[in-house]
Amino acid sequence: MMNDAFDLRLAESHIEVHKFRSGAIVVSTFLALLLQAFVPVYIPKFAVLDLPLLIVVYFGLSRRNPSTGLLLGMVIGLLQDSLSGPTVPLGLYGIAKTIIGYLASSIGARLDTEHPAARFALTTMFFVVHQGVITLTRRLLLAEPEPWFTLRLLIAAAVNAVVAVVLFTLLDRLRKS
Amino acid sequence: MAGVPSRHKSLVLLAGVIILQVVLLAVQIKRDSQGRLLRVWTVGAVSPFQRAGAKGIGNIRGTWSHYFALQNTSRENEELRRENDALKLQVNQLQSKAAESDRLAGLLNFRQAQRNVPMLAARVIGTGADTSQTVYLDRGERDGIRRNMGVITPDGVVGKVIESYRDTAQVLLLTDRDSGVGAMLAESRIQSPVGGTGEPLLSMKYIPTDDTVNVGEHVVTSGMDRIFPRDLPVGIVTEIKTGRPFQQVRVRPSANLQRLEEVIVLLTLHPLEKKEPPAPAADAAGKSVGGTAAVNP
Repeated sequence: MMNDAFDLRLAESHIEVHKFRSGAIVVSTFLALLLQAFVPVYIPKFAVLDLPLLIVVYFGLSRRNPSTGLLLGMVIGLLQDSLSGPTVPLGLYGIAKTIIGYLASSIGARLDTEHPAARFALTTMFFVVHQGVITLTRRLLLAEPEPWFTLRLLIAAAVNAVVAVVLFTLLDRLRKS
Repeated sequence: MAGVPSRHKSLVLLAGVIILQVVLLAVQIKRDSQGRLLRVWTVGAVSPFQRAGAKGIGNIRGTWSHYFALQNTSRENEELRRENDALKLQVNQLQSKAAESDRLAGLLNFRQAQRNVPMLAARVIGTGADTSQTVYLDRGERDGIRRNMGVITPDGVVGKVIESYRDTAQVLLLTDRDSGVGAMLAESRIQSPVGGTGEPLLSMKYIPTDDTVNVGEHVVTSGMDRIFPRDLPVGIVTEIKTGRPFQQVRVRPSANLQRLEEVIVLLTLHPLEKKEPPAPAADAAGKSVGGTAAVNP
């Protein structure tokens, strides 16, 4: 038990906290929201992607600070809520992305998340958890019947994870060397 | 958070932030307010880029298709000359002209039938940043668009305006789960609201089991929702399942809601009655008589 704890701390000490070029987070967030609200007009299937979620996951995993991760998640989630219109109350995506921001930062602080396979697996998991939180919120707080699990969810999780692997590699270029 | 150990600070912050947002949700539900200020700011920040993007894509698409259309025409002409296949070309051209004539006639009839309804053409510049079925238009309050105005295309009903900003308006599509329109079957005039299911097909909810519905039957607006004039196309019945006390009727929307680029906003909030087109007098009279004898479920 003590050895495990020691290994964990040792592992933590070797994990690098990445810094980004100034404005990288703001610009990435804005672009993600813009693309999310624009591209589906021309390519309807694009709506299966949740780019704001991928941004939360990426910066959460890279910055590895749970407090900033959850705050970033909250801001992006609330902005997504406000772009989603009155059918989505403010806070629905906010809550889900706050939790994902926190989880991503916490996991990022404990594991090496640079490998594409790790990124794929983590994004899949975060996508499912994100949808789970939204479903829970809709059911408990909004009294809206929402299915827990659909085939579409699995497909969407896989598609988002594949896109995340490519997107995260591109976003790596925004890191300060 | 001075007394909280540093490793637990983020957990406390997480709990605080979530509680704050739950309260925000509760306030919105209780007061039926939608945090308009934040929405106005966000939409105001994003919509100019959407508008520019839509314009840019329109220009690129126009140039692109024009260029390639010209190239194809030239290549086709050469091939046709070589292959002496002029008849085939003629048939294609005639078919294309016939389709265009049908479309223009449809538009003309539609405009004539609705000549007493002020309308405004608008371009779709964005969608909701989530899975709900909403789109943003490039026209807003400045152009006279208000909440609850109907949105259509010449093919059929699209949805209604749920939020109007200065230069942008948000439209809830018919396919959204929260959406609905007063409708009736075109032939039997049986009335029932048609609502979205979150999927491409709509649901006609309250058709009693005893009433006869046929696959392929047209569904039109009934005017009962006081948003759309009567007899606008809503969709076509594609699937019927028996149920008690109501049948489960699925309707494919007449308007192509998956690929909307231009729409028409009905600039009125008053209940409207459609003027019958003068040309097919016998048909129109028949429908009108059927309408007065409509069965109200």
